[in-house]
Amino acid sequence: MSDNLANEPARIAGMFRKMLVIRAFEEAAGENFFAGNVRGSVHQYIGEEAIAVGICANLRDDDYLTSNHRGHGHSIAKGAKPRAMMLELFGKVGGTSNGKGGSMHIADFSVGMLGANGVIADGCTISVGAAQAFKLMKKDCIVVNFIGDGGINRGPFMEALNWAQIYTLPVLFVCENNQIAASTSTYAVTAGEGIAARAESFGIPAVTIDGNDLLEVDRTAARLVAEIRGGGGPRLLQARTFRLRGHFAHDPAKYRDPATVEAALEHEPMRRTEAWLLANGMAQAEIDALRADVDAEIAGYVEEAKAAPLPDIATAFTDVQDVGAPLAMISGRAPA
Amino acid sequence: MSEMTYAEAARLALREEMLRDPKVWALGEDLGFEGGSAGQYKGLQAEFGTDRIVDTPISENTIMGAAVGGALAGTRTVAEMRFSDFAMCAVSELVNQAAKARYMFGGQARVPLVARMPIGIRGGIAAQHSQSPEAWYAHVPGLVVVTPSTPADNRGLLKAAIRCDDPVVYMEHKSLWGLKGEVDEADDAPIPLGVARTVREGSDVTIVTWAQMVHVCAAAAEALASQGVLAEVIDLRTLYPWDRDAVFASVRKTGRLFVVHEAVQVGGYGGEIAAEVGEHLFANLKGPRIPIPFSVPLEKAYMIPAEAIVERVLADLR
Repeated sequence: MSDNLANEPARIAGMFRKMLVIRAFEEAAGENFFAGNVRGSVHQYIGEEAIAVGICANLRDDDYLTSNHRGHGHSIAKGAKPRAMMLELFGKVGGTSNGKGGSMHIADFSVGMLGANGVIADGCTISVGAAQAFKLMKKDCIVVNFIGDGGINRGPFMEALNWAQIYTLPVLFVCENNQIAASTSTYAVTAGEGIAARAESFGIPAVTIDGNDLLEVDRTAARLVAEIRGGGGPRLLQARTFRLRGHFAHDPAKYRDPATVEAALEHEPMRRTEAWLLANGMAQAEIDALRADVDAEIAGYVEEAKAAPLPDIATAFTDVQDVGAPLAMISGRAPA
Repeated sequence: MSEMTYAEAARLALREEMLRDPKVWALGEDLGFEGGSAGQYKGLQAEFGTDRIVDTPISENTIMGAAVGGALAGTRTVAEMRFSDFAMCAVSELVNQAAKARYMFGGQARVPLVARMPIGIRGGIAAQHSQSPEAWYAHVPGLVVVTPSTPADNRGLLKAAIRCDDPVVYMEHKSLWGLKGEVDEADDAPIPLGVARTVREGSDVTIVTWAQMVHVCAAAAEALASQGVLAEVIDLRTLYPWDRDAVFASVRKTGRLFVVHEAVQVGGYGGEIAAEVGEHLFANLKGPRIPIPFSVPLEKAYMIPAEAIVERVLADLR
């Protein structure tokens, strides 16, 4: 047995902890949305945790990640601090963007997380540009672009695939196929053979896997990331998954049969990873302790976020632009 | 001093900035062999290579989006859109991404990007290749909007735009590509953004304009001078932020303001300037705001005769 395989249970346990953090974070985000503490809309990553965690475990800090509106899980997996993220969702001082972005624009540039994105598939084109910059600066970094299945019918996705391939750019496109775009079945509105076939039509090697299988995601990501970093050009990974919740927290998801959700629970990634850990030497008590520890950690962040101060109004007028920056506030009112 | 065209001056500016900073690169359609639609990139690909002067597919979303990504990743990008009309295909990348990233990420990001999108009528290229949408972008917080009118300005302002840490919408005017003018090659300082240029001094009326209309207004001012009217012509050069100090100082002096632009009047940027002047300088504008005087010539000075109305209506119809 190689060292890598010998260490696998510890490695998987580490990833499992990250998945637990994401799950707890998302549950807390939803609860606090309904409690009125988190405004706007909250797109939870519940049921898809293995994808971000399995992929980001194979990235370096100086690799970049671009995301979509369901970006909390991607951020945590890339190394963003859930404490600062929770503060951001609450619109409080100390948030990742000091309360100026919120859930849909969550970002942490210090760990290469270049932002969630409120516009479907706009992250695809940003990714190829960032990859071009890496190439120009002769860095061996890569860019991972997360896109949902709903994004594959937008022009920028197809433009970016073509672009990444013609310039042999270090981009891993990850399509998280949860089969439904908001309330519309992606299959019903997508011509042709689907996501992987679209990439292959541009000559980009594409792999389709079970995105709820953490070990498979990890293994596949390790291979694809190595190929890309080695100069092999872009790759596309289609990770099949299932969105256990609505499109956003306040979506009751009445467009689907509750039985399918019930059935999907069988295959959801937390249970499966837990089962694997139990079968590979971890005790139930250890897992329970891990979960309790994570839950307490996230609950602590929620309490901290509740108590944290709101940002100074003056900050609404900062970081717009250097040239022609808006004037500072005058006695509580915006200047003319 | 040497004489060069507006297109050559832009090429000089980009070349100088690319030599100065290895992180500057440009991307767009037909930049290599063709050298850009007006030769403004001529020879640069041969000099700097295909990674820094990138010939792209016809993929406007990605030309702009990649420029955003490149900027976020620490390089300085020049996205050539060829026509402002085509740049409309990439409004999301410019408005939702480039203009928002710094703010919505709480200052974590900078987007040093120049979106070059030539505007204006060139002659015969009609509805989809001639528009002047500068007011659209001036409306967007986060963007700087620049409209150079001379070769010297096209060099100095493009250099400033490339060095700027904000995304800059850089709108050259297509009818000016061949315009020749003096450029001081020895002085390679950028021209500060947001500073207007007084093209001609005058005391009777202020004409604020930009891009190709600067030259039309200068000709009009010459004609007015022969009739004894001294018009002050101000080239804004940068539309956002626009040089309020220069415009206000001139209007305080002349008391009359015309804004002249090629773009459609309704919703045009002239409305913004007129509104600001109306709001802040109303008392300086020459319109009668006096009680009715007694003496006949004084009373007449207040009243509007029919001939004045006829003259104004005819002027508007011409």
